[in-house]
Amino acid sequence: MLLVLEKRAERSAVIAITSPLIAIALTLVTMSVLFAILGKNPIAALNVYFVEPLTDSFTLMEIAVKATPLVMIAIGLSLCYLANVWNIGAEGQFLMGAVCGSWLAVVTNGTGAGPWVLPAMLVLGALGGALYALIPAICKVRFGANEILTSLMLVYVADLIMDYLVRGPWRDPKGMNFPTTAAFDPVATVPTLIEGSRLHSGAVVACIVVMLAAVMLGRTIKGFEIRVVGAAPKAARFAGFSSDRLVLFTFAVSGALAGLAGIIEVAGPVGVLQPGISPGYGFTAIIVAFLGRLNPIGILIAGLFLALTFIGGEGVQISMKIPLDLTKVFQGILLFYVLACDSLILYRIRLITPYRKAADGTA
Amino acid sequence: MHEASPPPGPQKEPLLQAIDITKRYGTFAANDSVSIDLFPAEIHALLGENGAGKSTLVKVMYGLVQPTLGELRWQGQKVVLAGPSQARELGIGMVFQHFSLFDNLTVAENVALGLDGKETFAAMSARLAQVSQDYGLPLDPKREVWRLSVGERQRIEIVRALMQNPKLLILDEPTAVLTPNEADQLFIVLNRLKSEGRALLYISHKLDEVKRLCDTATILRGGKKVATCNPKEETAASLARMMVGADIGEVKAGSARATTVPRLVVNSLSLAPDDPHGTHLQSVSIEVKGGEILGIAGVAGNGQDEFFAALSGERLSHAEGSVIIDGKSAGQLSITERRRLGAAFVPEERLGHGTAPRMKLSENALLTGHAASHMVNRGFVDKPATLATVDRTTKTFDVRKAKRDPEAASLSGGNLQKFIVGREILREPGVLVVSQPTWGVDAGAAAVIRQALLDLSGRGTAVLVISQDLDELAEIADRIAVMFHGHLSEPIEAALATREKLGLLMGGSSAGQSAGQKEASHAAGA
Amino acid sequence: MGLLEAIILSVIAASTPLLLAAAGELVVERSGVLNLGVEGMMIMGAACGFAGAWFTGSTFLGALCGIAAGAALSCVFALLTLGLAVNQVAAGLALTILGVGLSGLIGAGFVGEKISPAPNLYIPLLTSIPFIGRILFGQDLFVYFSVALVAAIWWFLYRTRAGLVLRAVGDSHTSAHALGYPVLKIRMFAVLFGGGCAGLGGAFLPLAYTPFFIPGMTAGRGWIALALVVFSSWLPGRLAAGAYLFGAVTILQLHAQAFGLGIPSQLMSSLPYLATVVVLVLISRARGTAGSAAPASLGMVFVPDR
Repeated sequence: MLLVLEKRAERSAVIAITSPLIAIALTLVTMSVLFAILGKNPIAALNVYFVEPLTDSFTLMEIAVKATPLVMIAIGLSLCYLANVWNIGAEGQFLMGAVCGSWLAVVTNGTGAGPWVLPAMLVLGALGGALYALIPAICKVRFGANEILTSLMLVYVADLIMDYLVRGPWRDPKGMNFPTTAAFDPVATVPTLIEGSRLHSGAVVACIVVMLAAVMLGRTIKGFEIRVVGAAPKAARFAGFSSDRLVLFTFAVSGALAGLAGIIEVAGPVGVLQPGISPGYGFTAIIVAFLGRLNPIGILIAGLFLALTFIGGEGVQISMKIPLDLTKVFQGILLFYVLACDSLILYRIRLITPYRKAADGTA
Repeated sequence: MHEASPPPGPQKEPLLQAIDITKRYGTFAANDSVSIDLFPAEIHALLGENGAGKSTLVKVMYGLVQPTLGELRWQGQKVVLAGPSQARELGIGMVFQHFSLFDNLTVAENVALGLDGKETFAAMSARLAQVSQDYGLPLDPKREVWRLSVGERQRIEIVRALMQNPKLLILDEPTAVLTPNEADQLFIVLNRLKSEGRALLYISHKLDEVKRLCDTATILRGGKKVATCNPKEETAASLARMMVGADIGEVKAGSARATTVPRLVVNSLSLAPDDPHGTHLQSVSIEVKGGEILGIAGVAGNGQDEFFAALSGERLSHAEGSVIIDGKSAGQLSITERRRLGAAFVPEERLGHGTAPRMKLSENALLTGHAASHMVNRGFVDKPATLATVDRTTKTFDVRKAKRDPEAASLSGGNLQKFIVGREILREPGVLVVSQPTWGVDAGAAAVIRQALLDLSGRGTAVLVISQDLDELAEIADRIAVMFHGHLSEPIEAALATREKLGLLMGGSSAGQSAGQKEASHAAGA
Repeated sequence: MGLLEAIILSVIAASTPLLLAAAGELVVERSGVLNLGVEGMMIMGAACGFAGAWFTGSTFLGALCGIAAGAALSCVFALLTLGLAVNQVAAGLALTILGVGLSGLIGAGFVGEKISPAPNLYIPLLTSIPFIGRILFGQDLFVYFSVALVAAIWWFLYRTRAGLVLRAVGDSHTSAHALGYPVLKIRMFAVLFGGGCAGLGGAFLPLAYTPFFIPGMTAGRGWIALALVVFSSWLPGRLAAGAYLFGAVTILQLHAQAFGLGIPSQLMSSLPYLATVVVLVLISRARGTAGSAAPASLGMVFVPDR
């Protein structure tokens, strides 16, 4: 017997909704096997990983804190991926946003500057991310260079730029030689939502971004343009939509959102610019975008779920001595299952008995 | 009444028998219990409209598709074909309609890939030279396929099939891409193969060819066999009736077709292709008046795609005044701006160019409608307006679909084409450029579309039709010009455009050109 | 040993993992599949290669473990993209994320461990020839293997029927299918081969380059290998030239750092990545309207009708 794919006449609406859930279920099964191989009790491990963080108000807020950058970056990436533009350098755009915004925090540090500093930092962060994202976009539009490779290469470069700054010109003179800037002034810090917690107003910004994206994709001609260019490029050209302009647009928007996420992260929960401000948000956001089916509301939910895996991953590392890399494994497996299940929206799997064997049987 | 006529000559054993072949895709039966006998030294026609199941049947005979039910017998023995290589081993050769060639490989490599690889490449190359010389099918083995003309590409397919010394050769619509002259040369080769005792299965929907060439014809309709007959004893009309199942409504020209001022003017348009495999447009000039249909004939790949892109604005031309729509220079305007000038366009490819296949019809209405209608308001899409367009098109052009707003890809070819043409016609354009309006469409839908084009021109629109189908152009065009190697001939009055004359122009003969001009000017003077 | 000789030796060492991984990916892409997971397969090759060598004490068995790890990971990729018609770009990214995570998990226990590096070839007299002796006859076996591999791939693609079929599948999968070639099966083999090569390229790092394992030690080499394939226009000879060129950039920046020219070390470290971007831009611009040399079916999903 043989499994073959058969194209559906229309995409299956049922599977479109259930596919992320099936993918998550399959991932949990696979993870249980992995826990067992590592010699841990799967039930206990999954409990620490996925249930315990939800039972405590501190970790719940921590999930929102981690979900904030993920959702913002993933929204931008989803616009790219819908348009069939492959920006995978969001991690670099996140860092450059953090760097550009932090510049203002560093130069105004201790000068008693007014409350204009934070808004200006946010603008600079978004601008920095957008400009950095435009490098691969221009290379693609102007010269035809593959954006996957160029955007990814620039991640390493951004990492080194930040490393240079915090070890060199921006290093806190009172910082005992640690590679970090001085702590940001209160006017350069994103205010928290709840006194004494780490939950900050960046979460509100993320929600606004989700709503704007939902309106744009669902109701405006720009959203239509993005979807057509991605789904049928030749038809898009026939419609009068320029794919080059859209490459620049989607890269700029996703870069701006990643940069904004970067500066919010630095000016919010972290409070200084230092290496390691991102546990790979820019890459995890790729998974968030796909798990959310490139749909803004889906991305919001997916972002919260993957934030949970970060918290859960830390949990099992502390309580069960399982390396933190497990979270990446989990994310990779999840993305695989999501992609596999998505394929069932367009195709159905059919079991066929090869004609030849059946015939041999009768001959 | 159409019983199988006895095979010509002494009673022979059939070479290949297909017995009660049924092929189902899901619930859809592409072939429903079809039987056919092929004899040596006979050219057997397989006739049918697009979608009648011809391609599926030959794919079964070539081992590409496994039948759901039924069996094949080769020289009386039951065979099961696991794949094309097994079919080739038996002695079945195939020339595909859509060539199975590799553009970036050489002619010799392409031929080698169609063979079993039991001889060395050098020996194969020598044999290739021999076969191509024997049959008068010249080929340069070292050239890459993308550099070749369509006729040359078909030659590769034929030589590749002949090198296996097949007992049965299947040809799927071989003349669809040829000029009339090239087709005549092909028939000489086919008759020679027949005289060598080979069986040929000739798939076509061109009735005159079948009557000229074939000894027996099997007619398919809707996946079922309708009849097997001797085409020489039938009339074109009786064959057509069997193919279509009913008489097709005549397309009637509009009554008041007063041609007025030129609404679409092309002046010395030259354009380099944007991909290395394309054709260079060479100083193309043409005028289309309001109320007239101008046909552009020509074999595919002679610059028609580039011409369409230059007219639509998918590619811009930088020379001033090279494209003029209703008196306004449009060469540097985008497709959206040209639509706002009142132009409309229907590309050749329905899925992927004319529509986004996996998007709903309402979204596909927006695809061309966003430029010049009320579907977009300050950047926001008016969904009810897009749906209303779908409903209007559905009603006016009888688009059959399963629900109100399905995905484009779920419609049949004919219905989707009616939607695409209807979507543009409902905007009452001043200029309509349409490429291959009825390519691969059933006869009923084709009649609806042709009538709609005639009616539109009757209302004063300038219509430019690019088509490879000379019968279609003869039916609806007022004047016909021919495109060859990026050049466009002077248009000929349709009444004077004989098949021979157009054939010469399609083959690049300038004799046809001057003759056409002379008679056209003569007609104008008369 | 002169400075120049030392530099050439280290350039060759730095180029070898790139060459191995890129050579495999070249075959994959020639068959029409774009596997962006090279980085993930390499890092898995590094982790499993080290683990294998650490347990068995044999470099050879370690290399085999690396190959197996890369091939196993590519098998997952093949299953998704060929079996389930999943978007190859997305699946390749997933593969990298998974590979990085799994390698961290596997390699966690080996951080800080040491093994003895792969021995260098030594041929009496020949290896002692001044200057060229060490370069030609004193390398480790990986180096010779990588050169032989590229030559073998050239021979396979242009001199064998199987190679012709592979190129045909990459040029037009519909034509290949119509002629009866098993498109998905051929691509499956190509993807597995590419996975094995990437795994070996990754294994080279802890087995021959530095005798220990560090998480993330491939440091983007998988991505550079992908860029090399583009750079090479899918031609094996140019691929080798490109790999050594990139190796040279990597080594020269290290030497420049050692000289301490007052240039920030981070700028020098970013040179290989910036060079990749610049090369991609130049090569794409040079091709311009002449069109891409990429296999025509590259990255496209194929679902055969039966």
